Order: sequence, then structure tokens, then C-alpha cells
Amino acid sequence: MPPDNPPLPPDPTAIVGAATDISPLTHRGPKPAHERTAAEEAGATPWEAIASSARFRELLRAKRRFIIPAMIFFIVYYFALPALVGYARPLMEKPIIGPVNLAYLFALSQFFMAWFIAAMYVRAANRFDRQAREIMRDNQER
Amino acid sequence: MTPALGMFLLFVLITLGITWWAARRSQSAAAFFTASRRITGWQNGVAVAGDYMSAASFLGIAGLIAFYGYDGFMFSVGWLVAYLTVLLVVAEPLRNAGKYTMADVLAYRLNPRPVRAMAALSTITVSTFYMIAQMVGAGALVALLLGSSHVSYQAAVIGVGVLMIIYVVFGGMLATTWVQIIKAILLMAGTILLSLLVLAHFDWSLTSFFNAVTHVSYHDKGELVTKNFLDPGLRYTTANHGALDLISLGMALVFGTAGLPHILVRFYTVPDAKTARVSVVWAMVLIGSFYIMTTFLGFGAATIVGRDFIAGHGGNNMSAPLLAQALAGDIFFAFIAAIAFATILAVVAGLTISASTSFAHDFYTAVIHHGTERKPGEEVRVARIAAFFVGAIAIAVAILLGKDANVAFLVALAFAVAASANLPVIVLSLFWRRFNTAGAVCGLATGLLASLVLIALSPSVMKVDPPTVVGAARHLIQRPPIFPLENPGILSIPLGFLGAILGTFLRREPEAEARFAELVVRANTGLGAEQAL
Repeated sequence: MPPDNPPLPPDPTAIVGAATDISPLTHRGPKPAHERTAAEEAGATPWEAIASSARFRELLRAKRRFIIPAMIFFIVYYFALPALVGYARPLMEKPIIGPVNLAYLFALSQFFMAWFIAAMYVRAANRFDRQAREIMRDNQER
Repeated sequence: MTPALGMFLLFVLITLGITWWAARRSQSAAAFFTASRRITGWQNGVAVAGDYMSAASFLGIAGLIAFYGYDGFMFSVGWLVAYLTVLLVVAEPLRNAGKYTMADVLAYRLNPRPVRAMAALSTITVSTFYMIAQMVGAGALVALLLGSSHVSYQAAVIGVGVLMIIYVVFGGMLATTWVQIIKAILLMAGTILLSLLVLAHFDWSLTSFFNAVTHVSYHDKGELVTKNFLDPGLRYTTANHGALDLISLGMALVFGTAGLPHILVRFYTVPDAKTARVSVVWAMVLIGSFYIMTTFLGFGAATIVGRDFIAGHGGNNMSAPLLAQALAGDIFFAFIAAIAFATILAVVAGLTISASTSFAHDFYTAVIHHGTERKPGEEVRVARIAAFFVGAIAIAVAILLGKDANVAFLVALAFAVAASANLPVIVLSLFWRRFNTAGAVCGLATGLLASLVLIALSPSVMKVDPPTVVGAARHLIQRPPIFPLENPGILSIPLGFLGAILGTFLRREPEAEARFAELVVRANTGLGAEQAL
């Protein structure tokens, strides 16, 4: 809890066991999601409406545009390694830089490929975060 | 007392201090299972690395590269690239839509009882098998590393088991996290030092290092041979379907890591999905750097220590410690030995907490008691008791198997089950509206069963050993293998997906389809996600 919040009044609930994450009776503000009953939950958030909203569909499209090509690229690039090592051994055993052969360099490049895709994803995901925040702002929990 | 034992005891004292500190902060359910979701991004990233890089990576990979050169390095590559699946597909949706376990995401729109029962079975299978492999390894290492301290195999197994039980039962996720963070830092420090020493040995010249790697001599069946260790094919030969086995291994790693329950629960310990993403990136930086450095550990051991010497002094698992001894003497050997133990402890603690969380949250509360605690705090109490039993069973099984037991197949099995049972149902429940309870149960069952059966028929279990191999080191079934590959992924992963898809078409479940919109919105926006406490 941020320090600038005033402390809560003492909890009048009798202590029966170990503490739980169920908030005390004097709890202020809206109920946290995990405390709502099924009846309160139903209709509290218009999931269907959000799911079919233009903004949310745009977010999903943007994510797909990044994630699907990225997955395909890394899977092809990664499985090319065991496939080439297994079926094109003479090619892979060719020394490229001094004594270091193509097989080792290709394996090493996998690390940089993984880091590169991760970095690209973090950049793209900052954009997804902004879109998600807008959707959340429009649908603040009530 | 030897330096190795002394350093190990120091690590134990520090981690017990952390557990004492964490115990008072681990009373509520969210605190015990998720460290109150207040672990920061870099902390969780380091902890993921500590949770993931087991003794199999540190000692095992160094040994595989020292013995089989390039083919050993193939494992290193797969172990990092696997994190792209974690990053792109599972980490954020899981954090957004779940609470304590992998099954939370599945139970959102499916019938919770059957799905959680199956998911708990799969989680506990993966965790206990992986744990037994680690415990047997830990015990066997003791004889070699602390040999002069007269620590027996049994004492080592009991020691590791009791410590992991203490961390988890008293300190919960918070203590487990910090044990993993300290271990990851120690492991990185040890690996960097060792790599620098190897480079120094070759006068800081990568050229002379790699030149040495191309001419490694050792005795093979009594004959002196010289091989280029940068060339593939020393382990996975064409004769034993090497290429297929490598592809199958790659599939198990790349799709299995994203289904390992002890890795997945780590993403519940951070405040939100963005932090989960940041922590995967931190983990990738550490894990990637570590596995690149296995080049120096493994090839260094092959060139500086030599395969013949390692074979005569405890076998390939001893490559990294023996390299340390050769380069910087007994104190450094002790340091590396202590790191090996810290490594095992951090991993088994992570496995214990994921198994006991799944038992308490998925099986006890959700399946037996229909999703309600009968008393406040019951779920945590059950988890603590479960952690105790999981640990006790792992100790008992590891002692019964003995230190020479052939347990490498258990690690392959853990990855195969994670890839073939867990990953298909996670992916389908997040991305396929039509997916339903029958599909999830069929998928989990098929993936689990296919992995178990194919491993049992593979050369990891079925093989004719020469009469010189005796006792528990012998393969369980002395027959030629029916399934030719060590790793079943190439067949079991498609089977897992097929089971899940065919199972789905058995019936329609309108409620599951109706709640798909909710799951997709939650998973992609974090709306209604569990908050940090």
C-alpha cells in the first residue's frame, strides 16, 4: 500500500485462523475482483461488448500482426539448426572464421536472434500496453 | 571441514535466515503462493533463471560439451530459444487471467473440477519426476564433491530434501524466490569467473581457444582418437536417427518450457503482465549469457582437463568442477561445488512449491471441496502439508533408487509432458473459442499418456546394456527399444494437440464458448486481473 494512504481502522473480524487475502469488513472502495460473488460478477463488466468493440479488435489485430510472424520466424530459424546439422553436415562443418565452423556460428546466432526478437517484442508491447490502458480506462471496474 | 562443505554451509545459513525473514510475511494465501505479487521485474527475471538452470544445465551441459562437443551445445541453444514461446504466448495472458496455478486459466471458461483434476495430475507428475531426477543427482554429486568430508549419498539426499521442505513450508514463495535469486547470482558469478580463467589459459586469444577445440584427443574403446569438437555428430549420429532426435529434443524444449508448472507459477509473483514480460526479458538475458558461456566451460574442460581424466574422476557431470580445480585449485573447486548444490536446492524448492500449490489450490480446494475453503487459511495449510509430503516422498524415492540410478529419462519426461499435455490446452483455451472441457481433459490425458508410454519404449528406458554395467545404472528394460528416439516430443506433442482437438469435437459446450470473450479480454488487457497486495 502506498505510504500516503491513511491507515485502515482496526479490523473487527474475530481471528479464526491464519490471515487470508479476504479483505476486512471495514474495507473501503470497490470490492476486489476475487471477492465478488458470481451474481455480482455477472454483468458487472460487459465482456462481450468490450470484446466486439473496435478498440479491442484493433488491439488483437496489432498483437497478431506481431506475434504470428515472430513465432513463424523463430520456429523456422530454430529448427533449421537441427535439420541442417542432421542432414547437411558437410556444409555445416565448413570453417568460416579461422577454425570456427558454420555449425557453431549458426548455433551462436540463435542466441542473438532470440534476444533480438525479445527486444522487438518489448518495443511493440509498449504500444499494446497503451491500447490496453485505453480500453481499461473506458471500462473502469465499478 | 573441507572448504566445499564450509561454503555450502554458509549458503545454507544465509538461505535459512531468509526463510526466517520470509516466514512472517507468508501467512495469507496470496503471500504464501505468490509472495503477495510484489516481486519486481528484475527480481523475478533472476528468479526465473534460478528456477530454470538446474544442475542438469550447469554440470550436465558442461559435461555433454566436454564429452560430445558441438552436440552438447545444441541443448544450450534450445534452452534459451524456448523462452520466446514463454514471452510471446504464455507469460502475459497467464498473469492477467490466473491467480495461483496454470489451471486457473483453463478453469476460467471450462468446467473447473475435471479440468483442475487433470491439470493437477499433470503438474504433480512433471514436478515430482523432475524433482526425483534432481535429488538423485544431488546425492550422487556429494560423494564426488564432498568426498573427503564423509557425507554419504543418503545424508546428502536427506539434507537437500529437508532444506527444500523448510524453505517452502515456512517461507512459501517469498523464501523460494530469494533462494533462487541468490543461486542465480552465484551461478552467474561462478560461470563468468570460470570462463575468464579458461580464456586466460589461452592467453586471451579466442583463436587459440578454438584451435585447441578442433584437436581434442581422448581414448575411445582403448584407441587414441583426435576429433574436431566443433563438428556435430559425436553423440547424435546418422545411425541412431540423430537428426530426428535433435529435432524432437528441440520441440520438447521449445514447447515444453512454456508448460513447465514451476516456471509458470513465477509469473504470478509480479504485480502485472507488463512486469511479467520484463521479467522474461531479464531471464532471457541471464539464461542466454549463461548458455553461451557453456562454450568455455565445456570446451575448456575438453581441452584443458581432457575427456580421459574426467572419465576417470567421476564422469562427465564432474567436468565443470574439475575444470575449476585444474585452473585455480581447491578453493575454486569448493566454490563451484557449493554453487552446484545451491543450484539443486533452488530448483527443487521451486518444484516443491509448484506441486504443493497445485495440490492445495486445484485438487484439494477446487476438486474435493468444490472451490470453497471450509475455514480461512485452509488452502495454505493444505499446501504446507502437501509440500512436506512431496518432499518426504522425493527423499524416499531418491534413497530407494540409489546414487547410480539411471534417471536422465525423468528430465526428458518432464519436458515431454509439459510440451505435450500442458502447452496444447493452455494455447487452445486462450485462442480457440470452440475449445471445451472434454477437449482439455482429452488433451491433458493424451499428452501425459503418450509421453509416459513413448519414454518407456525409448532407448532411455529400453536398451541392452553390456554386462559391465551393473545395478541401478542398467536400463530398466533390457530389450532393444521399440521407439527409436530419446525424446518423444516429435510424436507426443502432435498427439497432445490431436487429443485436445478431437476431444473438443465430442460435444458442444455453450457456456465455455460464451465465456471465451471474457477470457480473451482479460488475458489481453489485464482488466480484472489479480492486484498486488
